[in-house]
Amino acid sequence: MPELLALTGNDAVAYAMKQINPDVVAAYPITPQTSLMQKFADFVADGEVDTEMVLVESEHSAMSAVVGSQAAGARTMTATSACGLALMHEVLYIAAGYRLPVVMPVVNRALSAPINIQGDHSDTMGARDAGWIHIFSENAQEAYENTLQAIRIAEHPEVLTPVMVTLDGFIISHGVETVQIFDTARVQQFVGEYKPAFTLLNPHKPMTLGSLDFSDFYFEHKVSQLQGINYSPKVILEVGREFQRTFGGDCCYEHFEAYRMDDAEMAVIVLGSTAGATRMVVDDLRSRGIAAGMVKIRTFRPFPYEELAATLKKVKAVAVMDRSLAYGGDGGPVHIEVRSAMYGVNNAPLMANYIYGLGGKPIDLVHIESVFTDMQQAIATGKFPRRIGYLNLKE
Amino acid sequence: MKKYLEGTYKTLPLAGLVEEAGTAENYNTGGWGVFKPVFKPEICIQCLFCWVYCPDSSILTEGGKVVAIDYEHCKGCGLCSKECPTKPEKAIIMVKKDL
Repeated sequence: MPELLALTGNDAVAYAMKQINPDVVAAYPITPQTSLMQKFADFVADGEVDTEMVLVESEHSAMSAVVGSQAAGARTMTATSACGLALMHEVLYIAAGYRLPVVMPVVNRALSAPINIQGDHSDTMGARDAGWIHIFSENAQEAYENTLQAIRIAEHPEVLTPVMVTLDGFIISHGVETVQIFDTARVQQFVGEYKPAFTLLNPHKPMTLGSLDFSDFYFEHKVSQLQGINYSPKVILEVGREFQRTFGGDCCYEHFEAYRMDDAEMAVIVLGSTAGATRMVVDDLRSRGIAAGMVKIRTFRPFPYEELAATLKKVKAVAVMDRSLAYGGDGGPVHIEVRSAMYGVNNAPLMANYIYGLGGKPIDLVHIESVFTDMQQAIATGKFPRRIGYLNLKE
Repeated sequence: MKKYLEGTYKTLPLAGLVEEAGTAENYNTGGWGVFKPVFKPEICIQCLFCWVYCPDSSILTEGGKVVAIDYEHCKGCGLCSKECPTKPEKAIIMVKKDL
């Protein structure tokens, strides 16, 4: 029977890791991830998992230890945030290039400078092209379920691509919610035993990983790596459906959730915890007869271009919300992707970008409502007031 | 070797794996160096220091004795010459290649 527990998002993910019972975990503390690994370290200290816990001296070392351990054939995890993820950056590409199915929860936090420890998406957006699958979570329940599914997605033989599961710093990581924790035996049956595609510790089959690769074959290997992440959308859906069948959850198991989109005239696109507030605004507008809808993107990498375009081409206006900036780019990274998805679509909706919540700046219902007001105005006049707007900014 | 050299992005082993041991022998690194070691057997006392120190297994031996240098793989680091203890003249000297 599932248990209903009052847990923070970090605790919920630590519970997922406890049930996964990875062979090795290498970790270094960083706010707001610290309490996640602290909880998991409790499970290690109390003998509730069999994990070999390696406490390293930096995040660069954490990801390096993870790469070594996973290449040796052990199911390995870590978790991080913000500058910790930035320090891992070099090794993220190595994990992906070695096709190691590492799973890493990332508690989204702003990057310095100015120094800030609160939530935004700058950290994982900086790693968006590192070759990892990025799965966003709306709440603690989704963070828990996504972490469990991520193991199956990453380890699928046609995918073999590392996965980061993200949860918004403090809003999800430290907010206490009711979380449904599923039966451990059933979770372990779902996750299954790790069968590595290769192992460096097999004396009967010696092999080299990480040899020099010049202009003759580097390009071929990088394109070959693309095959894994390109195969993953199918697997993400299959794993999600099996998870839902097995546990009967009511989270998002698709690449994105289309909320009240069937007859919507306008849609907000959002990642992570802000989807909860947006849903409330959509319901409120609907009760007043306004055809509002929301798209909550779950898999940012690989980005669901075609399916998203098919959903959005039915509306008249789209507002893309970004909790990070692509400096020198077209607003935020989600906006750039959505614009790209809509290129070539006949009668594409009007579109604008709204940057919000950097460094934990509050995003309230009134701010989201103002986005819908802009969309109503855009539909009426044929033009958004601005291509890129900023919500709750002192301007 | 064929599966590596004639592979396409679809057929190459996963993740750039080299799925066998000892393949460094197939990779000629002898062209990398600017200097090359020259072995003088008439001076050599067969202490085998050069054989021990060589990082590329490029000191060739027969019956436990140094006989030659493997120029296909020697990168010209000069460790063999540096460690050679014979005096006043070393049994291995580094000579600039005619590049």
